[in-house]
Amino acid sequence: MTQLATDPEVPAALVAEDVRRAERTDRIVGVVQRQGALAVLVIVVVIASVAWPNFRTYDNTATMLVAAAPPMLIALGMTFVIITGGIDLSVGSLYVLGGVVAAYASQWGLWAAFLVPLLLCGAIGVINGLLIAYTRMAPFIVTLAALLGARGLMRALSSEGSDTYLVKSDAFRSFGTGTFIGIGYQVWMVAILVVIGIVVLSRTRFGHAVYAVGGSEDAASLMGVAVRRTKIWVYVLSGLLAGLAGAINAAKLGSGVTVLGTGMELDAIAAVVIGGTLLTGGAGTVTGTIAGVLLLGVIQNMINQVGNVQSSYQQVISGAFLAVVVVAQTYLVKLRRVT
Amino acid sequence: MSTDVAAARPGIDLARVKAWLPTYGVYAAIVLLVLYNVLFTPNFVTWSNLRIQLIQVAPIVIVALGMALVIGTEGIDLSVGSVMALAAALIPLYLGYGVVAAILISLVAGLVVGLINGTLVARVGLQPIVATLALFVGGRGLALVISGGQLKDVRNADLIYLGSGDLFGLPVLVWIAVVMVLIVAFIVRRTVFGRRLLAIGGNRASAELAGLPVKRVLISVYVICSVLASIAGVLAVARIQSSDASAVGLLIELSAITAVVVGGTPLTGGKVRVLGTVAGALLMQLVVATMIKHNLQPSTTEMVQAVIILIAVYVARERKTR
Repeated sequence: MTQLATDPEVPAALVAEDVRRAERTDRIVGVVQRQGALAVLVIVVVIASVAWPNFRTYDNTATMLVAAAPPMLIALGMTFVIITGGIDLSVGSLYVLGGVVAAYASQWGLWAAFLVPLLLCGAIGVINGLLIAYTRMAPFIVTLAALLGARGLMRALSSEGSDTYLVKSDAFRSFGTGTFIGIGYQVWMVAILVVIGIVVLSRTRFGHAVYAVGGSEDAASLMGVAVRRTKIWVYVLSGLLAGLAGAINAAKLGSGVTVLGTGMELDAIAAVVIGGTLLTGGAGTVTGTIAGVLLLGVIQNMINQVGNVQSSYQQVISGAFLAVVVVAQTYLVKLRRVT
Repeated sequence: MSTDVAAARPGIDLARVKAWLPTYGVYAAIVLLVLYNVLFTPNFVTWSNLRIQLIQVAPIVIVALGMALVIGTEGIDLSVGSVMALAAALIPLYLGYGVVAAILISLVAGLVVGLINGTLVARVGLQPIVATLALFVGGRGLALVISGGQLKDVRNADLIYLGSGDLFGLPVLVWIAVVMVLIVAFIVRRTVFGRRLLAIGGNRASAELAGLPVKRVLISVYVICSVLASIAGVLAVARIQSSDASAVGLLIELSAITAVVVGGTPLTGGKVRVLGTVAGALLMQLVVATMIKHNLQPSTTEMVQAVIILIAVYVARERKTR
């Protein structure tokens, strides 16, 4: 570009035209990169609705949304973490831990069933955040240790995973099974939290700090952003949301199942990445993550619709999907840099 | 490091301990743990017990070797467990053509996965964690599809010998692991490829400027890692005498990364400690074995493992300013 502008032989109008075209390409590429998951989601939903009459029923949609509620919460927290340039591998374990603790605490009532897992998983999030912010250890390793530690804690609390606590509180149980206009309470709750997440990330000081830290830590700290505090908060947020996801899942199932959650963290990362958030940090949106989570959910649902296909195909398709999306994204980012 | 200043001081030399700990800490920990076991654990120093420990640690060592190479290039490979599952799923399918053919097919599967990982990382420019995540998710799914999601018994004399036979008084499994360790140690220390690998991990941009074939080396590293994982998958089938794609290699990526990190290889790349990795795997195995012998629950073991990882990384962190 600079070369063209300084070249006296090229008329100014041509240069301006060129710049405009470059800007347009840049904008289109940017939109595709950010909203690509949404576009694919729409296409997949349309195809599925045409192909399987059962898919487009109200009941099936409600089922799909309920199934997507816990992964959505986890992916929401993961979005914040990844935008700061970090990663949180502990959320799968925290999800199970949250479920077990919520089921156990439900004997003390509805509020305890929510508060105890939130406190416990939030505390582990605080430890993650402190270690990452103050010791400069890689987030990958710190949260890997937390993955092991939280799983150990969960097993210790459930007699090596053999005790399944039943939900004792009727109020908590009905939160998990009850519906409002045909859609589960938990979906409404997750929807509200997601909206709050969108507002916090795009409209608040904290949200800007999250982007700034992910963009460049040094620049952020020179700008006066509290880098360490921001980092600690995103891991706390991630821990809290994972614990809450476990709690609402326990409410739905009526017990604290100890064998779920393996690989949940990687599903969440996949959803976030498909949603257009860059793992390098500094860029990404919650709306993209919503599309990513729903997309993975819809794929699973479609495979269930087909019926005679093994469920393991879902993993193959999700994996292939992830690869395609990420490769496409990388090329789009390169294209933006070139133009 | 202010070693010179600190060395002049009498008494315990903190700076030197700090420099020494990340390199030799893992060996010291093993020695301490073995001493403790000799003194306080009944039936620890018996041949049968040591044999079991070695057999159990062998697949982890083999996978961790590949992981160490990948981490040396500042990468990570999450797909190793899925590669093991894939290799395991292919064995019973092709056993009809003979053991050699079946094993070769499994290794080829590993090679293909490695090529995909390597291409995604080196040519497309994906971050290693995302590139290998795709095959982590998809690979096991594919393995389950291939095996039809069923557990298949493997009753082949040669394969069973590979898994539970002895050679010169040591299990064949352990010999294979030892050979792999020697090969990888040779590659890292004595070959041009090893030098290039470390150079790329240390500073990729300058390695490129120096004219090293960065992409080719990176792809080869991921291929080696996946092939090693598929060997581990074959050995796992041979040892348990059945192929179960849903269980083989589950969470082994975590054990392998732990072994590498505890062994003193920094996650920032540019350095591979092969013997340290073996020691790291042995240490984690010993910790688990010791706790089981003392009737501690697996849950406690997991929490202790978490603490050990954190300590190892915290200690090694000082070396970042290499």
